[in-house]
Amino acid sequence: MRERGTGLAIETSGLVKVFGKNRAVDGLDLAVPAGTVYGVLGPNGAGKTTAVRVLATLLRPDGGEARVFGHDVLREADAVRSRVSLTGQYASVDEDMTGMENLVLIGRLLGHKKPGARDRARQLLEAFGLTDAADRQVKNYSGGMRRRLDIAASILNTPDLLFLDEPTTGLDPRSRNQVWDIIRIVVAHGTTVLLTTQYLDEADRLAGRIAVVDHGKVIAEGTPGELKSSVGAGTVHVRLRDPGQRPDAERVLAKELDAQVYLEADPVALTVRVAGEGVEREAAEQAARALSELAASGIVVDDFSLGQPSLDEVFLALTGAPPREDGLADHPATSEETAA
Amino acid sequence: MSTTTTETGSYIPAAETLGAVLAPGSRPRRPSAWSASITFGWRAMLKIKHVPEQLFDVTAFPIIMTLMFTYLFGGAIAGSTGEYLQFLLPGIMVTSVVMITMYTGVAVNTDIEKGVFDRFRSLPMWRPAPMVGYLLGDVFRYATASTVILVVGLIMGFRPGGGAVGVLAGMGLLVVFSFAFSWVWTMFGLMLRSEKSVMGVSMLVLFPLTFLSNVFVDPETMPGWLQAFVSINPITHLVSAVRSLMAGATDAGEIAWVLIAGAVLIVVFGALTMRLYNRR
Repeated sequence: MRERGTGLAIETSGLVKVFGKNRAVDGLDLAVPAGTVYGVLGPNGAGKTTAVRVLATLLRPDGGEARVFGHDVLREADAVRSRVSLTGQYASVDEDMTGMENLVLIGRLLGHKKPGARDRARQLLEAFGLTDAADRQVKNYSGGMRRRLDIAASILNTPDLLFLDEPTTGLDPRSRNQVWDIIRIVVAHGTTVLLTTQYLDEADRLAGRIAVVDHGKVIAEGTPGELKSSVGAGTVHVRLRDPGQRPDAERVLAKELDAQVYLEADPVALTVRVAGEGVEREAAEQAARALSELAASGIVVDDFSLGQPSLDEVFLALTGAPPREDGLADHPATSEETAA
Repeated sequence: MSTTTTETGSYIPAAETLGAVLAPGSRPRRPSAWSASITFGWRAMLKIKHVPEQLFDVTAFPIIMTLMFTYLFGGAIAGSTGEYLQFLLPGIMVTSVVMITMYTGVAVNTDIEKGVFDRFRSLPMWRPAPMVGYLLGDVFRYATASTVILVVGLIMGFRPGGGAVGVLAGMGLLVVFSFAFSWVWTMFGLMLRSEKSVMGVSMLVLFPLTFLSNVFVDPETMPGWLQAFVSINPITHLVSAVRSLMAGATDAGEIAWVLIAGAVLIVVFGALTMRLYNRR
């Protein structure tokens, strides 16, 4: 058995891929530990897909180096291909064929004999809840089913490294949860997952480490916790009983926390980003003072919490601009959005 | 995303069932070049099964071509349609089949656009297999089109002197050449951005190639400069070779010319195709 779960699954240094004048990947440095989910987070056009395509040997790099389990993606492309699987941004399955036929096709191409390929396909359809749809053409599948079939095809031979390029983009919340569960199970069985996403909470939930990518470069790297604490102390969320008291509450909070207060769409909710430069305890003290001041002013508070900053805020702090709108379509509303 | 949602119940990924399929079993040996190509050929046949409309190109289109040109030009060129058919049929068969070859490029381009191509390219297998697979499926289409035209021709009064053997040999040569010629389209399918541009370029190449030949009229009647082009046009040689076989007057020189041209096409455009395929 080849080594899994130790060392680095992916190692790139100064990776460059240019399309005409567009430097899609522009000096990318990544070190992805084996056996983990590694998140690559960035807005549309940040170069995530291009980087994945280079790593999956679909594109030739124009500069720098990239190794997958120690194999150079250019010189040892075939060795890389035998260790990885790719689930692309657009479902990489054949729409005219049935789910069963798609999996048998991939099975045959991986060297299974016909009966073996059929057995394997049946097992996978069962495990991914697609048995009833096995003989339907994929064009009649829902987005979630298509994505599951796509992932099933990717693990037909359990890969050592699975690339998931925006696997939940365009999925409804239930299908998205299913994909998340699948990812967790896959990684628990020893496969390394490289997950690209524009959904900040997705990376937060699944990834052990995250690289934030913008304009083809890594602009920050670390665990979700590290990234958050490098940005600011946190966010105070307050819910009042009486919406009529919100103007008073806003005034008190602005004074105590010395920060901009955002009024949520919900008429009883307020959010404050605590400035306290990276010192979490200080933020907690400030928040506690603010809470007692609210009580002293006769404002009834139903709910009060101090949360770590969301990854949206991380992105904002790192790039000086919020991630593009389309990246937030399905994301739980942040204070900035609702305030706008 | 598509709105034809037909979600099957509420699926909950289960750790045991998923874990069972993830247990790293022994991996099979990678398939041979031939086996991988045949698998792609199987895919092409499945697609014909699921989308039978695409067979219009190889049935209705050739029938229309044969009928149209026989009755349109027959009286004017050969004095009678029956007479003309003996001359035209091998040529119109070549024209129809060579025109159908362009759909190879369209199929390649469509797959690229749909994303399924990425999966094929990321599999550890003999690199040209997907391309060879398309062409194996296309060989079936070419054979179908040739047969349809032959049957229509026989009904209309085509009486080949070469008999069954000559006719089959002629069709065989045509299918072999078309297989080789299709590599031009796999290249364009990989090179061009959209299905439309693939069609556009195909037409631009195919119309002059098939019409400026000896398919419809004897080149003797053409101006000298045109004769010069016609005489180097591979389609002219293919038509001469197929005619000779079907007429029972085998012209070994023309057949050799066609086979060599086919080999050159495969080497040149096969190499260009694979270069593009690996570079994309």
